[in-house]
Amino acid sequence: MYSGCSERKMELKGRIISRGTAEGEALSTSQPISFYGGVNPTTSEIIEKGHELQGEKIEAKILVFPNGKGSTVGSYTLYRLKKSGLAPAGIINKECETVVAVGAIISEIPCIDKINISQIRTGDTISIKDNVVTIK
Amino acid sequence: MFLTKEEKRLLKGEEGFAVRKSMEILVALGSIYGAQKLIEVGSVQVAGVSYHNLGDAGLEYLKELARDGKVKVLTTLNPAGMDLKNWQKLGIDENFAKKQNLVIDAFERMGIIISCTCAPYLIGNLPIYGEHIAWSESSAVTFANSVIGARTNREGGPSALAAAFVGKTPYYGLHLDENRKPDIHVNVAADLLKISDWGALGYCIGKKAQNEIPYVTGIKNATLDELKSLCASTVTYGSKPIFHIKGITPESEKHKPPKRTITIRNIDIKNAYKSINDDFSDIDLICVGCPHCSIKEIAEIAKLLKNRKISSNVEFWIACSRLVKQMADKRGYTNVIEKAGAKFACDTCMAVAPLKGRFRSVMTTSAKGCYYSRHNSMMTKMGGLDECIAAAVKGKWN
Repeated sequence: MYSGCSERKMELKGRIISRGTAEGEALSTSQPISFYGGVNPTTSEIIEKGHELQGEKIEAKILVFPNGKGSTVGSYTLYRLKKSGLAPAGIINKECETVVAVGAIISEIPCIDKINISQIRTGDTISIKDNVVTIK
Repeated sequence: MFLTKEEKRLLKGEEGFAVRKSMEILVALGSIYGAQKLIEVGSVQVAGVSYHNLGDAGLEYLKELARDGKVKVLTTLNPAGMDLKNWQKLGIDENFAKKQNLVIDAFERMGIIISCTCAPYLIGNLPIYGEHIAWSESSAVTFANSVIGARTNREGGPSALAAAFVGKTPYYGLHLDENRKPDIHVNVAADLLKISDWGALGYCIGKKAQNEIPYVTGIKNATLDELKSLCASTVTYGSKPIFHIKGITPESEKHKPPKRTITIRNIDIKNAYKSINDDFSDIDLICVGCPHCSIKEIAEIAKLLKNRKISSNVEFWIACSRLVKQMADKRGYTNVIEKAGAKFACDTCMAVAPLKGRFRSVMTTSAKGCYYSRHNSMMTKMGGLDECIAAAVKGKWN
């Protein structure tokens, strides 16, 4: 899919889960993320064993993953990250579920879903504005 | 999703921060799951109370909500991480107690009843048939949907709180008739002789009907306590938070058994015990009351413990709500139980108390209790009430 071409500005339209604007570097995975137990709330590092992004920090990234999983307490993990300045700048999902939706809303992290996330690669500079994702 | 003028006003923040956040949550969940509108709820049960699970992040969020959030409907609370009065007796550390009390203070300020029980239907939060409610706590959700025929999705702590502040929940999932139909027929051809057999049955059903709605036949009668145990177990081990039992639960009459049938026999129940029971004989903790004991169960425990002494090698905890304990006090059960050396663990339970590292092994009547104890790195054994008490007196299993 990667063409090597530097110009690939693209706009993807999705559904607003938590309204807002954000810009940053994408951290992208095709695997679901569990925030409770799967992300260290004091460092923002993904700690789930065997996860594609294990060892990566989600701080200030636009975090791109298909959907959340695991305990609903995970919503509070996102809130805790936000309060200590370690939250992702934005969240893009394929299909958002309760844990991530509630977490993004209470933490005021811009979040949209119904996006074809395979279009977004780790390292892309992307922005979220309301229901539009722009890959720069 | 359709919103009334009034609901739009709440979403704009005209009733303050807590209501605005709550509306944002309800609207987001409504659009994710395709709800057409919000509907009024009769009551709310809020989980996510133990500081052990909430941590400082959860506490901070609750404090923020408590600044201007007041519940609009009857709202009760799940167990906390400790007995709110006798936490010292149960060996809870002081710093934990301090934080847990701050969590409870926040809920108190919101106008929530500090019931601290996973069985709210035993203490006055009892919905009626067909009533829409917004409950968290999977065992209570399953009891409300299945045994009572009330209607609730399996809410998380924050979404249940959101429903409490608005008095409404998005109309989707188990609120709708079409999503309450059974998927699989479970024919029970096994003998259910003691309370833990119901947990074992729930284990078998949950494992075989993953994310499905079971329609159970072959059960001729059941008590409230047996159904309470079955509800906790089926949902813990994987089925949807609703089942129908022919001749016992109210909605069973609306449905016919689905064609796809599985049969649970005595051998399956035996195998369930095998998977739940670890191999050990020295027991550190014996705990009954998952879900929280009813007054009838406490009466039974008192009868079995009369004039007996629990071994000094073990701790014996009886988990129940403070209200049920007050009845036990008046009836004299508490006296008998405490004289034997057992302890009441009110307001809390084995699933949410900070037990990790304190006990190596636990014995209980509850299949759900075993599941969560393994998460706390404990070895587990499940047995009937008299077996638990025999082990407590002896200080070891068999």
